[in-house]
Amino acid sequence: MSTVTGVSAADQTPGPDGRRPLQADQASTGRVGDRLFGGAATVSGVLVIVLVSLIAIFLIVQAVPALMDNSANFFTSRVWAPGGEQPAFGILEFLWTTVTASTIAMALSVPVGVAVALFLTQYAPSWMRRPAAGLVDLLAAVPSIVYGLWGLIAFAPVFKPVQSFIQDKLGWFPLFAPTGISGGTICFIGVVLAIMVLPIVTALSREVFDQTPTAHKEGALALGATQWEMIRTAVLPFGRPGVISASMLALGRALGETIAVTFLVSALADGNPWSWSLFNGGETFASKIANNASEFSNPNKTGAYIAAGLVLFVLTFVVNSIARVVIERRKAFSE
Amino acid sequence: MSTATARSVPHDQVVPGEISTPPGGRSGRDALSEMSNPHRARAVKDVVAKVVMWAAFFLAMVPLVWILGTVVAKGFHMLTTATWWTGNQRNVNSDDFGGGARHAIEGTLQMVGFTALIAVPIGILTAVYLVEYGRGRLAKAISFTVDILSGVPSIVAALFIYAVWVTAFGFSRSGFAAALALVLLMIPVIVRSTEEMLKLVPNELREAAYALGVPKWATVVKIVLRTAFSGIVTGVLLGIARVMGETAPLLILAPYTKNFQRDLFNGNFPTLPMMINQDRGDFALATAAERMWGAALTLILLVLLLNVIGRAIAHFGAVKK
Repeated sequence: MSTVTGVSAADQTPGPDGRRPLQADQASTGRVGDRLFGGAATVSGVLVIVLVSLIAIFLIVQAVPALMDNSANFFTSRVWAPGGEQPAFGILEFLWTTVTASTIAMALSVPVGVAVALFLTQYAPSWMRRPAAGLVDLLAAVPSIVYGLWGLIAFAPVFKPVQSFIQDKLGWFPLFAPTGISGGTICFIGVVLAIMVLPIVTALSREVFDQTPTAHKEGALALGATQWEMIRTAVLPFGRPGVISASMLALGRALGETIAVTFLVSALADGNPWSWSLFNGGETFASKIANNASEFSNPNKTGAYIAAGLVLFVLTFVVNSIARVVIERRKAFSE
Repeated sequence: MSTATARSVPHDQVVPGEISTPPGGRSGRDALSEMSNPHRARAVKDVVAKVVMWAAFFLAMVPLVWILGTVVAKGFHMLTTATWWTGNQRNVNSDDFGGGARHAIEGTLQMVGFTALIAVPIGILTAVYLVEYGRGRLAKAISFTVDILSGVPSIVAALFIYAVWVTAFGFSRSGFAAALALVLLMIPVIVRSTEEMLKLVPNELREAAYALGVPKWATVVKIVLRTAFSGIVTGVLLGIARVMGETAPLLILAPYTKNFQRDLFNGNFPTLPMMINQDRGDFALATAAERMWGAALTLILLVLLLNVIGRAIAHFGAVKK
């Protein structure tokens, strides 16, 4: 009940400073101050819910008219011609590129990131831990645009031979079939994304591994576990929810990464044949939207891009919800 | 903490600092020679795990150090030119050398400052709600939506603001619109870091305050928030650093200008990421490429500076505690 009254009262107070004078004469009862402060806190929390709901609502409302006019199947078409008399657009290509590149990124960055985090917390000599952890934290903070630049200019020439080597040796397998595209392939984007999210996975995993209760670790060792067994039985189970949420955060970044991918992608020509190859080009949702930000003039066109953004939002929403469920379950087991 | 742990463990394999011993160490080899098969397998596994961890670390460090090295090597020269910290890019064409980045530096700082002004109070209060007040369904729902918000890609946040600010309200693109998108990205960072810090405040402190008859809000403001203050500031600075390099919202909402521009609400707005993006278009030209790396290095330095200050405050605060 008090929160309800608090909500309206808090609306009139600008911030924590505005409430401070109350303390002198009314602190003894605690009533008004508590209502104001509790109310302000509640309002902020509710505001977050409102914001997220608004994101969904606005995207849906503005995507629907464009989707109604769409003459192609939104989910299975590979055409993207949102303007004009008969707009036709589908997201199949973006969905494939986005999901595949992110999958590659996760497959590379999660195992390596967890291993590096374990190294930093369990194996590294003590003189190394702080500087190395600091370096990882710094790299987690390096803006993605820098990773994009580096991928475009420094890494691409190095990766190209690797790519053609795989195509030569494993080209018979559909996933590795040569496509004639040598620059920004899905695989290359996946690798750059992996390098980009690696510090994020590492930094967050390191933090949770660091918090493993000493008693758990000592218990394992006292029972005769080797260091690796101690890690497997004490550190990893304790850190699992944290690792999962770190991975999901990283996956969210990879799915939605815009500028680095925009720098790297090779857009495909209209009407190109479908290929399962990881060495094909193609745009992700984010890069498609970003590359065409200048086209947002006509509401129908904008609607098509917003519809693509909506799919991306739903994708990240689903990923986060799954992570949440997994974490809740793990928590229930570990306590 | 973890070092102390390892040291207190009476097990020769975990003593830190023993890199001179080959992986597996003495006990590993003893196990190999003296123990029966299952034990041997365990020892081998232990050694393999150790080798894998070391290898993973060095493997991961290669690209990461390479990136920093590239940016510093290619961008450093630009930062030493006199005009870089004072001028702007007005009338500087792609094939002209130099020019300044001050317009973009100021623009970026102004934009993230404005973003923080909105996002920090909301973020901290939400965290206070979640830790100190929240029980039951509402708290769960808020915590869940914060997770969702932290997963929202920056381009989606930008599209949302575009849909509201430009399409629905009919305003034009501006620095302010981009700052609004950044607010969405910053709030979850602040909430989560503040939440962690508030959880670290021992319950005894709260109980002691209550026992003295201090009302809850005063306990939160004067005891809990004050104890966690340095940690919260660190989280805020890291949050600012996080949104500082976001480019997608700027691409969609805040077109770049080469001039000085202090008005967030009207017209184009200069920012470092957009300056990089601008010169990226002509990176085949040495002049543009150099400017691009210079802007990238400047951006990294700003982020680094915020990180260092944040950590220094955390360190300082921790000592005081």
